[in-house]
Amino acid sequence: MKSDKGSTMELCDLPATQIADMVRRKEISASEVLESTLKRIRAVDGRPGSLDPGEPDPDDDKRVHAFITLTAERAREQARAIDHSLAEGDDPGPLAGVPFTVKDIFCVQGTPSTAGSRILANFISPYTATPVKRMEAAGGIMLGKVNLDEFTYGSSNESSAFRPTPRNPWDTSRVPGGSSGGSAAAVAVGEGALSLGTDTAGSIRQPAAFCGVVGVKPTYGRVSRYGLIAFGSSLDCPGPLARNISDAALMLSVIAGADVRDSTAANLPAPDYTNGLEQSIRGWRVGLSPDYFRITYLDAVTGELHQQPVPQEIEHAVLRVAGRLAEMGADIVDNVPMPHTRYGIPAYFVISRVEAASNLHRYDGVKYGYRTKEKVRELSELYRKTRGQGFGLQPKLRILMGMYVSAAQYSEQYYNRALRVRTLIRQDFEQIFDSQGKYRLQALLTPTTPTTAFAMGDVYGDSVLMQYADQLTVPANHAGVPGISFPAGFDEAGLPIGVQLLGPDFSEASLLRLGKAFELATQNDAWRQRKPPLLQTG
Amino acid sequence: MTDLITPELFQHLVHLAALELDADEAEYLRRELNNQLKAIHDLEAIPIDPNTPITSHGVPYTPEITPPIRPDEWQPDPAAPDILAKSPEHDGGYIIVPDIPHTEL
Repeated sequence: MKSDKGSTMELCDLPATQIADMVRRKEISASEVLESTLKRIRAVDGRPGSLDPGEPDPDDDKRVHAFITLTAERAREQARAIDHSLAEGDDPGPLAGVPFTVKDIFCVQGTPSTAGSRILANFISPYTATPVKRMEAAGGIMLGKVNLDEFTYGSSNESSAFRPTPRNPWDTSRVPGGSSGGSAAAVAVGEGALSLGTDTAGSIRQPAAFCGVVGVKPTYGRVSRYGLIAFGSSLDCPGPLARNISDAALMLSVIAGADVRDSTAANLPAPDYTNGLEQSIRGWRVGLSPDYFRITYLDAVTGELHQQPVPQEIEHAVLRVAGRLAEMGADIVDNVPMPHTRYGIPAYFVISRVEAASNLHRYDGVKYGYRTKEKVRELSELYRKTRGQGFGLQPKLRILMGMYVSAAQYSEQYYNRALRVRTLIRQDFEQIFDSQGKYRLQALLTPTTPTTAFAMGDVYGDSVLMQYADQLTVPANHAGVPGISFPAGFDEAGLPIGVQLLGPDFSEASLLRLGKAFELATQNDAWRQRKPPLLQTG
Repeated sequence: MTDLITPELFQHLVHLAALELDADEAEYLRRELNNQLKAIHDLEAIPIDPNTPITSHGVPYTPEITPPIRPDEWQPDPAAPDILAKSPEHDGGYIIVPDIPHTEL
């Protein structure tokens, strides 16, 4: 298929909903879709990330490098099984033949499950995470594991131990965002219609915004965390990345729901999120908050925090979305106060580090994963050398901060204070979504990120500046509420701009409906026809 | 602001965290810890009522959405030999580790 914009439309470019429909009607086979997708991966991905990448190759700069592990033969077996079941008259399920990738923070039986870290590089998982199992049971075809920041600790993918790290398909000199950067980059270029990511402070929404795709951070507990290599256990949310709202809704319908293997998975049935997506949003109240149009930066020399407005291009993009939603019948409510937004990152610096330090104690070179090759005299030396050699800088930094702020003499000053600030952040949301309150919002509309995708090397190393990349997304993780990011245009440099909708607990269906309304309102806009330059043909 | 995490305190944290660092790593990590603490101190700008409860996770788990507790029943795992085989060093069903030093309390 050749589009009028010079790019070639292949089966791998089709939306997940359309692939599943066509496969179920036997108009195309799962194997054909898979081969088209594998061909795309060969064309755009370049060499996969590895621990020993050797000399840089000039070709690396032109490729996406989303993958750590491509499991092509496993995928071919799955596709053949789907085609066989269709030939037998069975229905493989709602994701029939849909290729998807998995962020390499999920365990998948028989595959390397590395967390982007040297310490787990040799770990072949003996079991499969619940969301992956559900996607495969619904007929999805798993392509392999995609790159991420080490243990998800970052917003650019540059901290992965597996190099080359992923690039932004819209400009390969820029980062794809993170930590689900491999997921967002893969989806943006047709290396799978869907990807399973995780969001602890914005790790689905921020890379989705940077790469021009849709990302959903579900309500905490909406999707099981069983089989997810834990970072911040009170914050981690698995969720979809997709090229459009309907695909994200389809995937969320498959992965959401109670799970006896995760006691934090809410005991609530998962609705079909694709139902009613195109229904009216007339009279829905959508808020804009000045607190989400200001961003905070730390002056590392003086130690002072400064605030400045978000870049105009991003502000204008959000206001354009508000305008289009208003045209579709929504009531836009201005000046919604969210006074504790700016404290999201400082509180996160404390809470997430305590949880990370706790979760990382299990990596000790004894039960699985990397063990130092050096001779050691006793067990504690084995621990220190194994962890010193196996962890990269970012896990080490998080462990050390977690140890400090949770120490008995400091925990009241830091940890307990941060948990109380978390209460205040939660209360901000409760007040604006209260159906009897002053604002009675269905959703809050905000920018997803303070900037568009930044250049590789520009931020990495400055752990404070990198963390503030999540300042507009992290409040939802503290509060547990759902959020989605979807594309709303491009900046002058041709980079995607993402906007975010946040809603009350378990309101994913409403957020998706609002996102779909915007998609419908803009479906004929010129910017919607743009494709990543990597997909342009002569 | 002076560094809250001094070299001595940093070494103590490294010991507690069971890490071994080279000099470059240690310098970077201590600097970043101190920079992060500058951001964390922004939390002190908020007046907090001491009666404000802590939030350990955002979404309240009401009885309606809290999953029932699983029966406490022993189940054999068919992958037990595979799981044991993940250990870097094992023999005859045992995981091998170096000497475990004992300290008289």
